[in-house]
Amino acid sequence: MNKMKIFVNGQEVWIEKDSTVLNAVKQQGIDLPTLCHHPDQRVKANCRVCVVEVEGVKNLVASCSTKVAEGMRITTNSPRVRETVRTILELIFADHPHECLTCIRNGNCELRQLASKYGVRDIEGEKANNIFPQDKSTPSLVRNPNKCIKCGRCAEVCHHTQNVGILYSHNRGTEVCIAPEYGKQLAEVACVLCGQCALVCPVGAIHEKDDTDLVWEALANPHKHVVVQTAPAVRVSIAEEFGLPPGEISTGKLVTALRKLGFDQVFDTDFTADLTIMEEGHELLQRMQTGKNLPLLTSCSPGWINYIEQYYPGLLPLVSTCKSPQQMFGALAKTYYAQSSGIEPKNIFVVSVMPCTAKKYEAARPEMNSSGFRDVDAVLTSRELGRMLRQEGMDFQKLTESEFDAPLGISSGAAAIFGATGGVMEAALRTVYEVVTGESLCKLEFSEVRGMEGIKEASVELDGKEIKVAVAHGLDKAKKVMELIQSGKADYSFVEIMCCPGGCIGGGGQPYGTTNEVRAKRIEALYQVDENMPVRKSHENPAVQDLYRDFLKEPLGELSHQLLHTEYRNRGLSIN
Amino acid sequence: MGKTPLDLVFNIEPNVFVSLEEYLRTGGYAALAKSLSQGAELSLREIINSDLRGRGGAAFPAGKKIEMVRGNAETTRYIICNADEGEPGTFKDRFIMTHIPFQLLEGITIAAYLSGASQGYIYVRHEYPEAQGILIKAINQAEEEGLLGENIFGSGFSFHLELFSGAGSYLCGEETALLSSIEGKKGRPRLKPPYPTQSGLWNKPTLINNVETLANIPKIIEKGASWYRSLGTEDSSGTKLISLSGDIKKRGLIEVPFGISFAEIINDFGGGPKEGRKIKAVNIGGASGVLVPPELLDTPLEYKACAQAGITIGSGAIFVLDDTRSILDNVQNRLKFFLHESCGKCTPCREGLRQADIILDKLIAGQAGVKDVDTLTRYTGAIQEASFCGLGQAAGNTLRSSLTYYREEYLACCQENRKSAGGEDLALMEETA
Repeated sequence: MNKMKIFVNGQEVWIEKDSTVLNAVKQQGIDLPTLCHHPDQRVKANCRVCVVEVEGVKNLVASCSTKVAEGMRITTNSPRVRETVRTILELIFADHPHECLTCIRNGNCELRQLASKYGVRDIEGEKANNIFPQDKSTPSLVRNPNKCIKCGRCAEVCHHTQNVGILYSHNRGTEVCIAPEYGKQLAEVACVLCGQCALVCPVGAIHEKDDTDLVWEALANPHKHVVVQTAPAVRVSIAEEFGLPPGEISTGKLVTALRKLGFDQVFDTDFTADLTIMEEGHELLQRMQTGKNLPLLTSCSPGWINYIEQYYPGLLPLVSTCKSPQQMFGALAKTYYAQSSGIEPKNIFVVSVMPCTAKKYEAARPEMNSSGFRDVDAVLTSRELGRMLRQEGMDFQKLTESEFDAPLGISSGAAAIFGATGGVMEAALRTVYEVVTGESLCKLEFSEVRGMEGIKEASVELDGKEIKVAVAHGLDKAKKVMELIQSGKADYSFVEIMCCPGGCIGGGGQPYGTTNEVRAKRIEALYQVDENMPVRKSHENPAVQDLYRDFLKEPLGELSHQLLHTEYRNRGLSIN
Repeated sequence: MGKTPLDLVFNIEPNVFVSLEEYLRTGGYAALAKSLSQGAELSLREIINSDLRGRGGAAFPAGKKIEMVRGNAETTRYIICNADEGEPGTFKDRFIMTHIPFQLLEGITIAAYLSGASQGYIYVRHEYPEAQGILIKAINQAEEEGLLGENIFGSGFSFHLELFSGAGSYLCGEETALLSSIEGKKGRPRLKPPYPTQSGLWNKPTLINNVETLANIPKIIEKGASWYRSLGTEDSSGTKLISLSGDIKKRGLIEVPFGISFAEIINDFGGGPKEGRKIKAVNIGGASGVLVPPELLDTPLEYKACAQAGITIGSGAIFVLDDTRSILDNVQNRLKFFLHESCGKCTPCREGLRQADIILDKLIAGQAGVKDVDTLTRYTGAIQEASFCGLGQAAGNTLRSSLTYYREEYLACCQENRKSAGGEDLALMEETA
């Protein structure tokens, strides 16, 4: 039998044998407080706020690290437990800045929520006098060590999920701090700016650099023509910012919301995602013809680009020279769109809404200025857009639905799935197959490259020739694939890499509460978006066809090279 | 010193170094030879029957621990001798290492044989350079004489032993932090389970025992479990090394059979308090032990009786405070030690000790009130009940015992109680004086 009998607050219940006390109690409808616990991470048992009483055990036990045992009697609601939990929260607060009102996490701070839940009223303890400087060294992230509660969630995701490992726990005792090596700042170490640390931080110790004021300013400037693009992943996650369950498709409401904010044109990064497939697909065909620089590695994930530039610079010739869809969009907005609308590119202000913190860095790369102006002027994460919409008093649920503006808002289903791991691969295969064979695919779905499996492989027959492809997401998995390629053990032709687990829908700029379970729901929603689209192949996007006919002429043509492609460099072990 | 009866386990003779020649001459290594010839099963049975318990502080049955390591399917196993004797006021393991090192080496070798380990480490604290030097020499000598290394006594059993020096962290005496330290990681405790007996050093089954525990083994094998049990009581067999210090006439290391009372130890061996002084409190079990009031000193040195009385035998350190001492000073001293040695991993220990230290400083400076004593009591509860490892829990125990038995002394330091009869604030007067 896989179940055992235990008692929770005197009530007999049957629980799966291997469960932790935390999960067992949760199944009874009781949410124990947690801070260091994260469902996708290894058990740390640092914060101790999840303690409960277990009969026969002298001290309280941490429920996150204790497995249930036959006949175990657990008490979660005794005065002893309540008092201890409240005291631990008080102790954390004692050394935490009392700046809740002005904190970026005001409203969604896990510590503050627990303090409220447990009725922490007095904080008798004293604050230690050490004030650490904030780290604002990158355009993506801000670290505020003063707010750190040393739960270790950021270091765990940095080391384990991403295998980048630039955040460590330093020193001991009261001197403990979680920071990059030797007191350095993020810009001075081999950080990829993926923002997974910010996504799992329970408090305001590390967060995205807030660019909302920059956007408010542009919107208020009568001389600026402000256009916005939204990444595929945002449409299936933004609703979570308003308390709706994950996996809600809210494309139409998102468009309405952006229009209400005052953007002059509401466009879609999906348009340039389709364009990316055209360019990258042809790049793949070209490389397969020459047999050089294979496998082709995708280039749309800026965290991944930061990673390969720092950790595997020797493999840079394999990376597609395509800019990411965000940057392609910016370049076209200030050339193609500027020309067709008769607006001077210097007056166009391009805002993008991204699930990503590394996109802020990508937009700030000096080489990203094909029109002579920055391709993208400001990048907002999903969380920042959520804040702007709330500030504007928008009741998201009540918004009506509307459509993106043409032509840069027209897209295919293939573009929508860019936001999910395996999506770029699937979109590319749909197009490459049809371009190579001249035949129509009878089944558009490539299920082998779908799902949350860390590394996925597939073989596809193209005109009688079998090619092998691979998909990896999360840098730990990317590293494994890079090692295979470097050692010559991989015979892939095309590899999709996404920096964040689950792909962009699991990006570091997404709503708080992102877990692998939530990621799976967002992915499901994106495939639904794809299915609902009338056009589901990038090369059939009529707006992209117009773009080539009227402007770019052909994939990989001269203008494409000027506007849509870029180059990479060995950065050594720091992003600067 | 005192009336140590002859023929115990250690038979302490101060200032006498037992060389390998001397050790062999007096029957040393007979136990190892006996173990190898009678086989591991029989020898292990002897240890189990002796009821020997871990002497590092946790008092886990030593035979059972060996059996647990032995029972693993994984055959690469390690043995570690925990010689990170960091508990303040404890100096028993140092004595064993510097005076009778071969009794320890023999014990480690037998335990290695019984648990099926072929590689061992002695983790010696950084602050014991003398012991390290002696042990390194002793290991070399034992290797030369075929008492360590390949095919010991032609039995087919091979065992290699190395000395590993700690770097000065108290917490590395905690067995899982010690493992991390040897592995080159930060000396922080690990989650248990898995226990080291199952997944220890480099995730292999590992037997970790204290110096004193291991040094007991040769005598148990040599003289038998019933002899060993006859030294102690029904509940606690054998003897215990006691590091006796503080405000008494005679200080030093003694070996006593279990069952003797703390009062006997202090009066008969330690000569009692100094002339004209009275005992105010006794700190039993080192810095991480508790403060015990004189009324409890008739408790026998026995695991069960001590547990019932709330006394932690711990490492066996006994530190006597007479009536000239301030309890708060003593607690502050130990608290600062824990604050310095806390690894900072868990909240109650890291933040709780920090705040407890602030309150205690305020109390001693006469700047605290009764409310602060209540807050300290509350924080103590969280430190004691919710800390990740034994360090925080022990720090909590020590605070708790002082707050239980000497609360009056805390209250006397509070501002409310420091007003003189005339109503002047005594704290202020001291400052201006």
